[in-house]
Amino acid sequence: MKKSKNKSLRDFEKVIRECVKCGVCQAHCPTYQVIKKEGAVARGKIALAAALLDGETGLEERLQQDISMCLMCGSCVSKCPNKVPTHGIVGAIRREITDNQGLSLIGKGVSTLLGSPVLMKTLGKSGAILAPLLLKKVPDTSGLRLRFPSLIMKDRTIPHIAFRNLFDRVPEFIEGRADKPVVGFFAGCAITYVYPEIGEMMVAILQRMGVSVYVPRSQQCCGIPALSSGNGKLVEQLAETNVGAFRKKEVRHIITACASCNGGIGEYYETMTADYHDFTGKVIDFSVFLKQQGLFAELAGMDKWPERIKVTYHDPCHLKIQGITKEPRELLRALPNVDFVEMESASTCCGLGGTFSVYHYEESKAIGARKIPGLIESGAELIATACPGCIIQLQDIINHAGLQVRAGHILELIAEALK
Amino acid sequence: MYDQLVTELIDIVGKDNVLTAMSDRITHSYDATQEKHLPDVVVYAASTEEVSQVVKIANRLKMPLLPRGAGSGFTGGTLPVRGGIVLVLTKMDRIIDIDTENLTAEVEPGVVTAELQRQVEKLGLFYPPDPASKEFSTLGGNVAECAGGPRCVKYGVTKDYVLGLEVVTPTGDIIRTGGRTLKNVVGYDLTKLFVGSEGTLGIATKIILKLLPKPAAKKTMLVQFETIDGAAKSVSAIIGAKIIPTTLEFMDAATINCIRDVCTIPLPENCQAVLIIEVDGDAQLLDKQVEQILAVIKPFGILHTKIAVTDEESEEIWQVRRIVSPSLRKINPDKFNEDIVVPRSKVPDMIRALEKIAADYGVVIVNFGHAGDGNIHVNVMVDMKEHGMEAKIEKVMDEIFGAAVKLRGAISGEHGIGTSKAKYMNMELDIATISYMQRIKAALDPNNILNPGKIFLESYPQPPAAVSIQEPRK
Ligand SMILES: Cc1cc2nc3c(=O)[nH]c(=O)nc-3n(C[C@H](O)[C@H](O)[C@H](O)COP(=O)(O)OP(=O)(O)OC[C@H]3O[C@@H](n4cnc5c(N)ncnc54)[C@H](O)[C@@H]3O)c2cc1C
Ligand code: SF4
Ligand code: SF4
Repeated sequence: MKKSKNKSLRDFEKVIRECVKCGVCQAHCPTYQVIKKEGAVARGKIALAAALLDGETGLEERLQQDISMCLMCGSCVSKCPNKVPTHGIVGAIRREITDNQGLSLIGKGVSTLLGSPVLMKTLGKSGAILAPLLLKKVPDTSGLRLRFPSLIMKDRTIPHIAFRNLFDRVPEFIEGRADKPVVGFFAGCAITYVYPEIGEMMVAILQRMGVSVYVPRSQQCCGIPALSSGNGKLVEQLAETNVGAFRKKEVRHIITACASCNGGIGEYYETMTADYHDFTGKVIDFSVFLKQQGLFAELAGMDKWPERIKVTYHDPCHLKIQGITKEPRELLRALPNVDFVEMESASTCCGLGGTFSVYHYEESKAIGARKIPGLIESGAELIATACPGCIIQLQDIINHAGLQVRAGHILELIAEALK
Repeated sequence: MYDQLVTELIDIVGKDNVLTAMSDRITHSYDATQEKHLPDVVVYAASTEEVSQVVKIANRLKMPLLPRGAGSGFTGGTLPVRGGIVLVLTKMDRIIDIDTENLTAEVEPGVVTAELQRQVEKLGLFYPPDPASKEFSTLGGNVAECAGGPRCVKYGVTKDYVLGLEVVTPTGDIIRTGGRTLKNVVGYDLTKLFVGSEGTLGIATKIILKLLPKPAAKKTMLVQFETIDGAAKSVSAIIGAKIIPTTLEFMDAATINCIRDVCTIPLPENCQAVLIIEVDGDAQLLDKQVEQILAVIKPFGILHTKIAVTDEESEEIWQVRRIVSPSLRKINPDKFNEDIVVPRSKVPDMIRALEKIAADYGVVIVNFGHAGDGNIHVNVMVDMKEHGMEAKIEKVMDEIFGAAVKLRGAISGEHGIGTSKAKYMNMELDIATISYMQRIKAALDPNNILNPGKIFLESYPQPPAAVSIQEPRK
């Protein structure tokens, strides 16, 4: 068999042994905090990983359930004194499970979802169930199919699939000023198919700066949902395609406006046993890029609007664990059309977690619901974030709580300010 | 029999809360000591009633039963060294009530320490005990180990805040100790007996805690010293001057070496010791207190003093303290972490004794901790792969504990005895005292089911069997 470009569990052996069982991760693991069982926390999973390596247990059903109880959010990693990469280790175990038993078994943990009559009422108003028909517009390899398989997500509220996707809306290449670099834009599935307008705004902002923008048509899903469901082969295939897509033109940066994609094509590809470093080194979150380009200063210099919207911020895990927590907030503070307020639990996970919410929708909602008291207390009308996955999940959580708050992308606010 | 046990347990707590798979046993086989002992079955309880019924089964079957909180203990308290049932209490995590008139809180044992602190602080109240593990350790575990932390210099340890308990006894009865009042002399003080009993005498299922008004303000400073002796003398001088800061933490040169590279506050090479001093109270009085402290420690070779003005600066100072533990691994792979305590005036003597032991045996000993209450975290950093290290470490430990006891200190200030320190108990306590404790244990837990093999070594003399006076003479 050809050696996989994904790391195997064995490749993680050294870091697995570095867990000192201190239990610090309990304070930061969102699944542990709602489930309160050791199998749900990073320490428990590391113990299982070690036991698998030592042959003390096999891939038994209960182990699979525990391993499925992970959002791969990495919250535990940044607070772990030894930086044990639990999200990576969980990914490796999930790949072992699928390698052993095929993909379908991963779905074994799918919890039966209870219909909620109350919710059905809100549904009509605030969103629609993703119709299988609409999903036809989305490629087979897209993570959207893994994340929101409509059949089993009975009471989830999600937005419509857009009629015209991003690639129908923006050209593949937009020439900018000669003295400015060429930058690539990696859109990701959610922006391409669900929120193409966010992608358009990103491109327009870049255009306004004078850079040339390259949006290769051959780019695909970043692979995070596939990674989360243990489909190592699909991750490899997607990585290869995406790296190839941005080889066709010399770009200085590859910009993302989706935190998960950033974590996927930036962080995860970096760990693969392939030479993607040239690619991964260019990946940059839009907030960091816009700061570098001086947009924050420009925004801060504008006159404050008399009527401002009260906005709070949700930290997407994939940015938080890279330490990108200041830039989005600075951006929101700089915006003339926004009154920024901090909320309690801003940095706790929304609960989406790759494909986690598909298999564990009830837990996923419970994790997200932990943000609600802080959100209410903040008095915000809009909860802005930097990841479309979080937006979908946050809006669902808000709908379930019956609040009148909207979840949106920071780029919408920038676009409004620059209008 | 195993199947019968599992069926009975499922009847009590439900199927989802009885875990029997190999992977479940593995995930409940350890705590922060990193030792590993597999339990036979794991049970998650949701109420006092459930706890009581599970205990009754264990007692009937004479099966070991191990209460477990967050499993962050440093002395193996929750390890199933003889197998049995691990009874996890993390799901009993309700704050039952916070009484703002009487300044008390009643909680279930699985409430995480910091969570209670956050909730009471919202109401202008304060629960002082602050183990470094407060963000994840449970109050049940804190009560069982009588946890302490930096703030204990001024505010005392967990036992000073427990007013009353609901306890499931080793035979499954439900009893109540103490109450909601500050004064209570009705009968024996069972509350104090349970606090620190490491889950060997009963399972706390409700805890009534004393709260204080939240201090209005605090001020933090970091002082760098030329010598460890200067820092140690400063501690004695501050206390001698009748000033009780909230915290008085110290780090020695070996500790500073570990963190210099990762620390945001510059710590030059000639800085041989650091004190972190915090005072709290009325905002107007704080500046005066800081001045007083600085005047008292002035003669002891100070290199630099940083006084935090903003909350961020204070946080930066505390971060220096928090990165210590995780940074130690850099020296040597194996860490023997002890938490001896000596009368606070003896801190300089203890530090000198530790330096001598390190030199005599050629091992690295890193010391930091709560100088203000004499509680020193002694970390002997070695590589166990080195030839003869095992024997050497035994001797080093004997010497360290010996030195602490000689200075009229104790072999553990906060972490407890568990399995890790059981063999050193007799260095501090005489046989009569140990046997008195064992008789209490034997009387309350006749089948020795609750956390057996902890605190007491088997080799201690067993109490003589009770003889009935009515027994007819043969
Ligand atoms: C990084 C780190 C830092 C630490 N810092 C400190 C510190 O500063 N100060 C300090 O004092 N300790 C510290 N500790 C040790 C530990 O956190 C404390 O001993 C804590 O009180 C244990 O709580 P737990 O919930 O984890 O209990 P566990 O480890 O689960 O159990 C500890 C003991 O309590 C018993 N127990 C648990 N719940 C109950 C109950 N409801 N009724 C009866 N018995 C029960 C168990 O059987 C066991 O014997 C630290 C540990 C770590 C890992
Ligand atoms: S925080 Fe890290 S080292 Fe500590 S138990 Fe969790 S994974 Fe292990
Ligand atoms: S990656 Fe997230 S969900 Fe998974 S163990 Fe770590 S903190 Fe918990």
